[in-house]
Amino acid sequence: MELVIALAIGVLTAGGVFLSLRGHTFPVVLGLTLLSYAVNLFLFVMGRLAIGLPPILDPAASGYTDPLPQALVLTAIVIAFGMTAFVIVLALRAKSELGNDHVDGLHSEAAGQERREEGHA
Amino acid sequence: MNLALVVLLPFLGAALAAGSARLNRLASAWSAGAVTLAAALTLLPEALRVFGGEQRVEAWDWIPALGLSFAFRLDGLALLFALLILGIGLLIVIYARYYLSARDSMGRFYAYMLLFMGSMLGVVLSENLLQLVVFWELTSLSSFLLISYWQYRKDAREGARMALAITGGGGLALLAGVLLLGHVVGSYNLTEVLAAGEMIRAHPLYLPILVLILLGVFTKSAQFPFHFWLPHAMAAPTPVSAYLHSATMVKAGVFLLARLFPALSGTLEWSVLVGGAGLLTLLVGAYTALFKHDLKGLLAYSTVSHLGLITLLFGFGTPLAAVAGVFHIINHATFKASLFMVAGIIDHETGTRDMRRLNGLLRYMPHTAVLAMIAAAAMAGVPLLNGFLSKEMFFAEAVEVGSQLPLAWLIPLLVTLAGMLSVAYSLRFIHDVFFNGDPIDLPKTPHEPPRFMKVPVDILVVLCLAVGILPSLTVGPLLAVAVDGTLQGQVPEYSLALWHGFNLPLMMSMAALALGVLVYVFRQPLFAWHERTVGRLDARVPYHALMGTLGRLAAGVTQRMDRGSLQGAVAWLVLAALGVTVAGFALHHAPLLGMAEMLPVDAVSLTAALALVLATLATVRWHRQRLTALITMGVIGLIVSLAFVKFSAPDLALTQLSVEVVTIVLLLLALFFLPQQTSSESCRLRIGRDGLLALGAGLGATLLTLAVLTRPLDTIAGYYLDQALPGGGGTNVVNVILVDFRGFDTLGEITVLALAGLGIVALLHGLRLPMPAADAEGRRWNADGHSLIMATLTRLLLPLTLLVAVFILLRGHNLPGGGFIAGLITAVALIVQYLANGIDWTEQRLRLDMHRVIAAGLALATGTGLVAMGLGFPFLTSTFTHLHWPVVGEFELASAMAFDFGVFLVVVGATVLILVQLGRLSRAAERASLPENP
Repeated sequence: MELVIALAIGVLTAGGVFLSLRGHTFPVVLGLTLLSYAVNLFLFVMGRLAIGLPPILDPAASGYTDPLPQALVLTAIVIAFGMTAFVIVLALRAKSELGNDHVDGLHSEAAGQERREEGHA
Repeated sequence: MNLALVVLLPFLGAALAAGSARLNRLASAWSAGAVTLAAALTLLPEALRVFGGEQRVEAWDWIPALGLSFAFRLDGLALLFALLILGIGLLIVIYARYYLSARDSMGRFYAYMLLFMGSMLGVVLSENLLQLVVFWELTSLSSFLLISYWQYRKDAREGARMALAITGGGGLALLAGVLLLGHVVGSYNLTEVLAAGEMIRAHPLYLPILVLILLGVFTKSAQFPFHFWLPHAMAAPTPVSAYLHSATMVKAGVFLLARLFPALSGTLEWSVLVGGAGLLTLLVGAYTALFKHDLKGLLAYSTVSHLGLITLLFGFGTPLAAVAGVFHIINHATFKASLFMVAGIIDHETGTRDMRRLNGLLRYMPHTAVLAMIAAAAMAGVPLLNGFLSKEMFFAEAVEVGSQLPLAWLIPLLVTLAGMLSVAYSLRFIHDVFFNGDPIDLPKTPHEPPRFMKVPVDILVVLCLAVGILPSLTVGPLLAVAVDGTLQGQVPEYSLALWHGFNLPLMMSMAALALGVLVYVFRQPLFAWHERTVGRLDARVPYHALMGTLGRLAAGVTQRMDRGSLQGAVAWLVLAALGVTVAGFALHHAPLLGMAEMLPVDAVSLTAALALVLATLATVRWHRQRLTALITMGVIGLIVSLAFVKFSAPDLALTQLSVEVVTIVLLLLALFFLPQQTSSESCRLRIGRDGLLALGAGLGATLLTLAVLTRPLDTIAGYYLDQALPGGGGTNVVNVILVDFRGFDTLGEITVLALAGLGIVALLHGLRLPMPAADAEGRRWNADGHSLIMATLTRLLLPLTLLVAVFILLRGHNLPGGGFIAGLITAVALIVQYLANGIDWTEQRLRLDMHRVIAAGLALATGTGLVAMGLGFPFLTSTFTHLHWPVVGEFELASAMAFDFGVFLVVVGATVLILVQLGRLSRAAERASLPENP
């Protein structure tokens, strides 16, 4: 099972890194979201995999999984949402100020072409 | 408490002065004066105790582990400087009120000035050396603001930058020196440092300590070769020059010399370094001053020269020389402040400071002329004035110390030469300006200034005379305590009398006076010679060359690292992370994987993992079809939530699920304004490179995860599991950690969330984006956005959803749930209303300003912590009790639940704020596009 989780984290990381390296803002936001999934999962499994042992105190429970990584990841999920929201709004602002959605705000040929296409539509 | 108050009052007053300027221009002058006076009155009772022979120390621990305390000290030396800072400060406040023109912002001036005053008081009243360095840097920063007060002038900006670069750089050296000194002594407190002189001087680190501290002193006190910033700082308004360059800023350096005199002086290194720099500065300053045509330029170089004189006196290293040094500090402050103010009056009333045009002003401003003459005579060292007394002491010490050197005549000769030059430039200041024919082509017709512009000068000039004629009756007691504070108890015999008989120092004074007059008479050929030779040298040239080289170097490095492309930067970041990780693994000789047993794989998990991998690949493959990518992304989020369910993390699963909903809504809203498809912009080479990097990162993450998961777990969780119920009163350990054990972290995190929400509002403010008329495939957007069925259904669902949220919130302490999850559920419930019924409809019914909700949440969470503090427990300590309610039964009430409710409010507020603001954008766009599409 550990191997499966490790592979899943690896695939998420690879996808996140690849998308973060794109030149337009929306794929970068997607990439950052994928990366935060990967990081959250990674942090979470640092407490090891445990099935059926939630950290809810109960006299009948046979044991508990590590609650500390869970507490860390819980806030990380919410913060990651805040970050995603901030970045996407930043992207909107950049689009409005610079007229294109390239991460460097460049009037590259592709961006120019894109604007022409929008003009046609 | 009083000493700390004296230092802090001006800082508070700076805000007052800036604020009161909004009411009335002059109110800021009045408040600055009142604050200065209040600080002086606060100092008074302490000052009386110092005159009674006490040394006052007030200390509070700040970071004891670093030896840093918030500690103040008042002895004679500190008192002398505090009186100079406050006394001359008050006079400057009055003077500047008349000097500043109607176009200058008074609030800004007085606020900066009070900031500077507070920093300066902090330097002289600090007991802890680290704290002293902090205030030292504050004086550099606040003097930067003061010198660049006329920001629109290039010379002001350049002068301020130069002063900051040099004094700030020296401050760094000083910090290093002080750290070494504290390391050697074992304490940063002056009381211990001053008592440990023997040990410091014998220590192998003595020379580095001395050099580093002297770098700080010399840069601040404008000693050669760092003197050139001071004349360029003359671009400041004249009240600033009068304050900074007579009594305060530049005196900070010599203050430190006097302060550390018992700890560092008395060695050959000290005499050579301090004395050498002082002697050179004395001569260079006096020489250059003579040839300056600008009134303030002359005074600036004269200041440099007098600072050199004081430094040289401390460099002599004898107790008597230290007495003379302290005495000259007082005298120089009084006559130089008055001369700067006179220069300001002349500039103010004539419109120029060029001595080649200013002539014969005696007729136009006789009162000012008399003041200037007395002050300049004090500067020249004419008998019956205070400058004469300290200059006599200086000459006597020069003869005394010189007699012990191989060339006994050299030092007395050189100082007499400096005295001669100082007589010559003082004479020039008077004769050129007030006599010497008629003014040439002045911009204004000169006349006497307003009465209160002269009053501060009157006071200072009277002091010059009083000290000069009756020294022991006037300055005697103050000098006595100041010397006592400087030397820490070993005060030598000295005489303040005016007449010591016909001795060598008196001869030197007479010679200097006579020769000085002679030099001035034959000035024309001298000036011509100077213009041809030395006048061409400019210290700015090497300075700018150095700064230019540094700038180019920095720009070159930056250009190589950052080509202005985010893609490049991210690629480097990933590559660096990979490199460091590989190096870490390679250098460590442990096996990559551990031996711990793995869990068996079941079919359901494998299927889910496969779906996750496929969804990720699909997102990457079709990322240019943005809507498709968003849907596959949702699939990934759902599977991650399922993983949390599977591996015993119900809280995480609930959080992830609700965040997923808001994230998708958010991205859909944003996508409306962004292109629906990404144009292909990457060439094959780049895709190959990025693919390799991504594969490397993925492989690294996999190996890292496996490396950890195959090793046994060593956790601190046991403490939390044991203490959650008895200590925190809850059985949901994750929630107890969030709201209780690590409540401070959570408080930080909800603050970040609140800031993100507010930041987004700021970013969206005034944002205008054209609304696309159709989607990617050319279909027009439906104008009727709100389906009746959905609207009705969501209205029915709202109370139910809110009930679930309340349930989740209340049970959170004991069962999966809590503020974060309940907040997200509530946010989703509200956002669904906005989506289904429209913003206008919802806002009419939901009259809640989300800014206020966020604020209330933060206030509640912080308030819970403060209540604990108020009751004498550490911040955010929680307590709980059990109540027995009818019907409901036993119910637990914990203070942490109030905290959790604060978390709830912030999460609801921030999430709804973000999404509704984004939604509003489309409504604004819709309105903007209405006239075109009726």
